[in-house]
Amino acid sequence: MSPAAAAPSAVEAVVAPLGMVNIQVDGKWVQVPKGTRVIEAVSKNGTYVPRYCYHPKLSSPGNCRMCLIEMGPPKMGPDRKPVIGPDGYPEISWIPRPQICCSSDVAEGTGYRSQSALIDDCRKGVMEFLLINHPLDCTICDQAGECRLQEFSVEFGTGESRFLEEKVKKPKKVDLGPRIVLDDERCIMCSRCIRFSKEIAHDDVLGFTERGSHTVLTAYPGRQFDNNYSLNTVDICPVGALTSKDFRFKMRVWFLKETKSFCTSCGTGCNTTIGTRENVMYRQTPRENNDVNEVWMCDHGRLNFHFVQHESRLTQPLIRQQSGIYEPSRLAEAVAEAAGQLRHFKGEEIAMIASARATNEELYLAAKLARQLKIQLFDIVPRAQKADGILVSEDGNPNTNGARLLKVASDSPGRYVPVIANKVNDGSIKALICLGEDAAACGATPAALEKLASLVVLGILPSPTTAAATVILPGAAFSEKRGSMINAKGRLQRLNQAITPPGNATDDWEILRDLVAAVGGGNGIYTIEDLFRQMAGEVPALAGLSLSKLTDLGVDLKDKLSL
Amino acid sequence: MVSIVKQPHPRERRLIFKNIDRPGWANDIQTYLADGGYADLKKALGMKPQEIVGEMKTSQLRGRGGAGFSCGMKWGFIRPDEKKPVYLICNADESEPGTFKDRYIIHQDPHQLIEGMVISCFAVNARLAYIYIRGEFPEGARILERALAEAKEQGFLGKNILGSGFDLEIYVHRGAGAYICGEETGLIESLEGKRPYPRIKPPYFPAVLGLYMSPTIVNNVETLCNAKHIVRMGGAEFAKIGKPNNTGTRILCVSGDVQRPGYYEFEVGSLTMGELLNDICGGPKPGRKFKAVIPGGSSAKVLRADEKFKIKTKQPDGSMVDKEIAFSDIVMDFDSLAAVGSMAGSGGVIVMDDSRDVVWALNNINEFYAHESCGQCTPCREGSLWMKKITDRLAGGLGVEQDPKTLKSVADNIAGRTICAFGEACAWPVQSFLDKFPAEFAAAAKHHLPENARTAADVLAPDRAGALHS
Repeated sequence: MSPAAAAPSAVEAVVAPLGMVNIQVDGKWVQVPKGTRVIEAVSKNGTYVPRYCYHPKLSSPGNCRMCLIEMGPPKMGPDRKPVIGPDGYPEISWIPRPQICCSSDVAEGTGYRSQSALIDDCRKGVMEFLLINHPLDCTICDQAGECRLQEFSVEFGTGESRFLEEKVKKPKKVDLGPRIVLDDERCIMCSRCIRFSKEIAHDDVLGFTERGSHTVLTAYPGRQFDNNYSLNTVDICPVGALTSKDFRFKMRVWFLKETKSFCTSCGTGCNTTIGTRENVMYRQTPRENNDVNEVWMCDHGRLNFHFVQHESRLTQPLIRQQSGIYEPSRLAEAVAEAAGQLRHFKGEEIAMIASARATNEELYLAAKLARQLKIQLFDIVPRAQKADGILVSEDGNPNTNGARLLKVASDSPGRYVPVIANKVNDGSIKALICLGEDAAACGATPAALEKLASLVVLGILPSPTTAAATVILPGAAFSEKRGSMINAKGRLQRLNQAITPPGNATDDWEILRDLVAAVGGGNGIYTIEDLFRQMAGEVPALAGLSLSKLTDLGVDLKDKLSL
Repeated sequence: MVSIVKQPHPRERRLIFKNIDRPGWANDIQTYLADGGYADLKKALGMKPQEIVGEMKTSQLRGRGGAGFSCGMKWGFIRPDEKKPVYLICNADESEPGTFKDRYIIHQDPHQLIEGMVISCFAVNARLAYIYIRGEFPEGARILERALAEAKEQGFLGKNILGSGFDLEIYVHRGAGAYICGEETGLIESLEGKRPYPRIKPPYFPAVLGLYMSPTIVNNVETLCNAKHIVRMGGAEFAKIGKPNNTGTRILCVSGDVQRPGYYEFEVGSLTMGELLNDICGGPKPGRKFKAVIPGGSSAKVLRADEKFKIKTKQPDGSMVDKEIAFSDIVMDFDSLAAVGSMAGSGGVIVMDDSRDVVWALNNINEFYAHESCGQCTPCREGSLWMKKITDRLAGGLGVEQDPKTLKSVADNIAGRTICAFGEACAWPVQSFLDKFPAEFAAAAKHHLPENARTAADVLAPDRAGALHS
């Protein structure tokens, strides 16, 4: 050891602030939070590191070897302290072997290189290995367009194959469960689906059998991959191995228009992306929101959209004639008819069954309508269910908190629903307004509903209630409208319109606005933004907010709602 | 089990194999006790655990499984004040092709292993130990079970061993016949009841996060037997056997084209390759010449018998001098074999004479590794089978011009880029065979493949295409 090297360093070492570490990424020193995974730090501060098996929400097995980079700890002097260079940062002692960067967190004074001849060689090597036994039939593969193999092939693949052998044959079209089909030949054994099932869905059901290149993915003997989260594996499968029975071969993904929305199948409100083409909804996929659903959603919610395209959708405003025959009408006529009917009754003769599946904007107008008509008896239909401890909420309604906040729901939401049903059945209620709910399912008998002098129904699908309605107002489904809801945890989120309502069906808030205006006079609201602004002006918890301020990820109102 | 009755060669030094093939020897505890067995355990229990670890360090013993890691240093990773349980695992998954030493200890001298294990467990404060024995050794497993029961009956195992207050249980766990279970983290996964996918290191170094995420020592059978002798002799005395940094004895398993194949135990570094093959093993078969030797199990790099090696040797004054040595002058120790570009590995010396087709030999090795790759990580999973398919064609007369180049590049894309050392194990034979025998491979790669060929077999032997790819 030369005396110069042993002498104390003349340069002061750069010290990172508390909770941060100094790291060198592609030659540049940066400070990143302690605990950051190296792959994230390098991708953010250097260049994107390709990966297959790594998923930020799952454990890291380090098996795909695509994220190999060069690493080096700080060079240590004879005093076991880092040797500080003239720039105040440690000199780096590079490890000659490439290292995976998906399984370790950043360490003080460490250097990372994601761009070098060695790394380029590693990535090209792994790409080639992944492709030699992979069926190169992208043209008929459902994953095409959102396939990691395709994406990274552009950067790290070669135009021609050196592989002169026969590919390994494996099972095709394997029925893994009620919603999932597996093509084992496409599988690159990244094990994301196995880890997801075990770690997120708490259902240890998938595994590998056989060895080496003959490895196949399968469900455990006698088991089905049938948990309520199975379709998430289709999302995280980097290739076309796992496909959704519901979606596969229905539509090329590059044709899909993507609309940011959220799931309305329960009180969780998982954030979603709705994929549509030419006004047809093809799929819902979860969208990352770490305050709500991370990146997952349940299968029930994901697939709960086919009713939107059901052939029996209500598409035409209808007015029941004396003869009992329903006559089609323009919306304005139907609204005027409904208002005309309702105005005949005293407040205590009218009841309203509203829905906690409705948006805040709709509920705000419903409350207004109730006030105008002096209705005393109104409530929402509750949907208590069993929570699963993962994402499924114990509330089957997506907007109970909105209904509470806007005072459409009673203090104990749903407690007045049986009262309303009883009063409909005993004839003391003469007029009933059903907004998105079926009174028959709440206990009102079809005969009693028939006897009502006025039954105004706003809905999207036929039911025993619409069969007895005096006015039918066809509304819009969750993917056909805009508006906001407050999930069970108090997060205010925004629905965006992905498709238009069918036929002459109309966005519910517009129908309600017209009804309120017809009953009590208009107030010049033309857009849903205007409506939200008016609502925010009256409801303190929403003060200062607007639809655009909700952003794609929503706003937390937990404290304001004192939940 | 039929044991081959065979006298040790006069140049051997039988330490671990003292009782192997010994006339009148049986593998029961009475025989072992009558021979002074378990005396070293009594001595060890009178020592402090840290003293034993110290003796191991002084002994400079290097692991006998293949990697040659310092045993004392490995034990030293276990903190004396460790709060988690500490486990010790005896790796008896002896499956490196060409290696057959541990099985003889297990079959003929199981109590030597058990005594070594109890001492080792005492040293690292492990209260629970496992012998992970490969599935192909059912008789060995039965012998061990019986030996463990005998030892327990005599108070060498179980609660309060020999009144020392030290408790230990040892269980035999049988593998299911997978080479990868010899990789220590794969072994641990298997022992935990999972697929033996080797763990990533970091963070899963067994000494820190081993079995059940607790500190774990994994040692080879032969290594653990050595612990007993180190306690008896003392580390310093043991270190006098062999050479510095290459201490103790080494059991060499010689197989293949020699007159007298078999196992031999020598002081490490006490003989050269030439002495081993010619003096001990009787030279090549009549009329034959040595062609190549794989000196440390099938994954070690092959050496040519007519090769000259440039090595650096240390002079008495400490300076390094370049020296050229012949194949027969290679000293059989860890450092010398590393210096000529191979390794002492597991001690399996595989000898090939001039009757052997090296392309066939490499294909044989490739077939083994393609079959044994666990399939967890990409380069090894895909590369090992690819290499096998190429050598399969080469050996079957369907080689094409580009094969050697492709083969080398596939091996290069595996080595150093996998989770465990299997990557090197399957790449090194390919790299070294291609490097040492380019002419043979070029000769096998004789066909020219038309540009638009889909697969080589389709074009060259359409009738055999299917059979080649099973």
